[in-house]
Amino acid sequence: MFQATALNRRNARIETGMRVAYLGMTLMLIVPVLLVLGVLIDKGAPALSWEFLTEVPLKGMTEGGIFPALMGTVALVLVALLASVPVGVAAAIYLSEYAPNTWLTRLVNLAIINLAGVPSIVHALFGVGAFVMFFGFGTSILAASLTLAVMTLPVVIVSTRESLRAVPQEFREACWTLGATRWQTIWRIVLPNAISGILTGVILEVSRTVGETAPIMFTGAAFFLPFLPQSVFDQTMAMSLHLFVISTQVPDVPEALPYAVALALIAVVLVMNAASIAFRVVLRRRKKW
Amino acid sequence: MRSTTQTQAPDARGVAWYLDKAMAYLVFGAGVSAILLIVGIFVFITKEGVGFVWDTVDLGQFFGSPAWRPTSDTPQYGALALIAGTASVTGLAMLIAVPFSLGAAIYIAEFAGGTQREALKILIELLAAIPSVVWGFIGLSVLNPLIIEWFDVPVGLGILNAGVILGLMAAPIMTTIAEDALRAVPDGYREAAEAMGATRWQVTWRVVLPGAKNGLTAAILLGVGRGFGETMAVLMASGHAVQLPDGVFDSVRALTATIAAELGETAVGSDHYQALFTLGILLFVVTFAINLTADLVVRGISNKD
Repeated sequence: MFQATALNRRNARIETGMRVAYLGMTLMLIVPVLLVLGVLIDKGAPALSWEFLTEVPLKGMTEGGIFPALMGTVALVLVALLASVPVGVAAAIYLSEYAPNTWLTRLVNLAIINLAGVPSIVHALFGVGAFVMFFGFGTSILAASLTLAVMTLPVVIVSTRESLRAVPQEFREACWTLGATRWQTIWRIVLPNAISGILTGVILEVSRTVGETAPIMFTGAAFFLPFLPQSVFDQTMAMSLHLFVISTQVPDVPEALPYAVALALIAVVLVMNAASIAFRVVLRRRKKW
Repeated sequence: MRSTTQTQAPDARGVAWYLDKAMAYLVFGAGVSAILLIVGIFVFITKEGVGFVWDTVDLGQFFGSPAWRPTSDTPQYGALALIAGTASVTGLAMLIAVPFSLGAAIYIAEFAGGTQREALKILIELLAAIPSVVWGFIGLSVLNPLIIEWFDVPVGLGILNAGVILGLMAAPIMTTIAEDALRAVPDGYREAAEAMGATRWQVTWRVVLPGAKNGLTAAILLGVGRGFGETMAVLMASGHAVQLPDGVFDSVRALTATIAAELGETAVGSDHYQALFTLGILLFVVTFAINLTADLVVRGISNKD
């Protein structure tokens, strides 16, 4: 019969101790943030209303809603997606379907890693130097969105590349055997099988883009602009910059207002992320291969 | 395939053939666009900042003087206080984030099972999505009064506030990368150790951690890079005073925050404007080096196995 020795008992004690200690460390990361979110909800929720979302800011942004900022963020995200998704998906197709194992491919991968690591304010400088001045777009939705697109391009490329690679090689081989060209195979077989994974990545990109502030500060987002933009060459308000402005630059803002903006911003980001995660879980369950 | 003119394929060069060729070039172009963009970023910020480095500033003063007074009558461009600000905030953030995120990664990868692991991973992923401007707002309006109350100091914005905020911000990302590194250690190693009677902790400490050393180092490096380049949260939580700090309650100003706060007020092409781009070059070069090192460290693992 098994008789626990002193060493066994000691090891068991250490084991339990370690498990508890590491669980504690995990919770130390999560619990404070949940408490903070609780505070945001507590202070911000009373100010949230339908009017808050549909009215323009009034009285030097101390009253009223966030409608122009909300619509501005939508415009910025849409234009950024129009630029980054086609390029990102094409780049991912190259990396997954074409790229030979050479120094050039290695360089492309390295560039993607570094593009993801460049500080957001450096992207802002690039946006000012390249899009605002060199290409002459001025401070506009177009310049800001292109800056955001460059910044979030690695997200699209990496997530799309992974979902393309998850399509089994046999699918491609079966298609080639029937005499299809490489592109016909990608268009008819690989992309349809990877499309949901690609969409998951795009949702993730949207949630990143919504919250970015530094890259749009000098490229196209305005402090205060109570109208909606008429074209991509206009400036616009944005939710993220609006939160920065009313919590640091404007005097006499009632306390609940920035909390409500922060809450709205977090809600958008978390809902998009949760959707992307749920999408992924469903996909994993439904996978046929 | 260039020498096979005799055995040329008998295919008709129809629409499908040309489309195939065209798309191959198109996706190749998109692929190398990543290289063009990273080179483009470097070229554009250097173009704006290089005149300043060459003509205006003395690099000894730039790196050696803490006086950043770009708008005074005799402008001074000493970045030392800004570098110290970035270093102190990032340093404190890493003191918080490294142990906790490695601990959380170990728990999630080695101790937690099934549903609990999935739930924790999803929660951590959601935390990583909170935008930096919201973190800055939390530092400003939630953490600031708490620090004033707990430590009885007049202002709660400073190294401590920004460091804690940045630590909480960087931790989820580091946890995710570190957890991936731990999962990459083959299960066979764990099974071999368990077969010899090792407890879960012994397996983790003696087998998994040494095996995942490189991946964990890369996770820490990427966290440092992230902290170094963070802008909005540091701008709002650090107090934004240009000085060499004496203690954790001191207000500091970071490199990133300086650009964010001052770029809007400068005339295009002025010395001040160029000086801000020079700070950008510094940020770009340092984060590039960090990311490159992290990549080389990770590649160390895959080459060994």
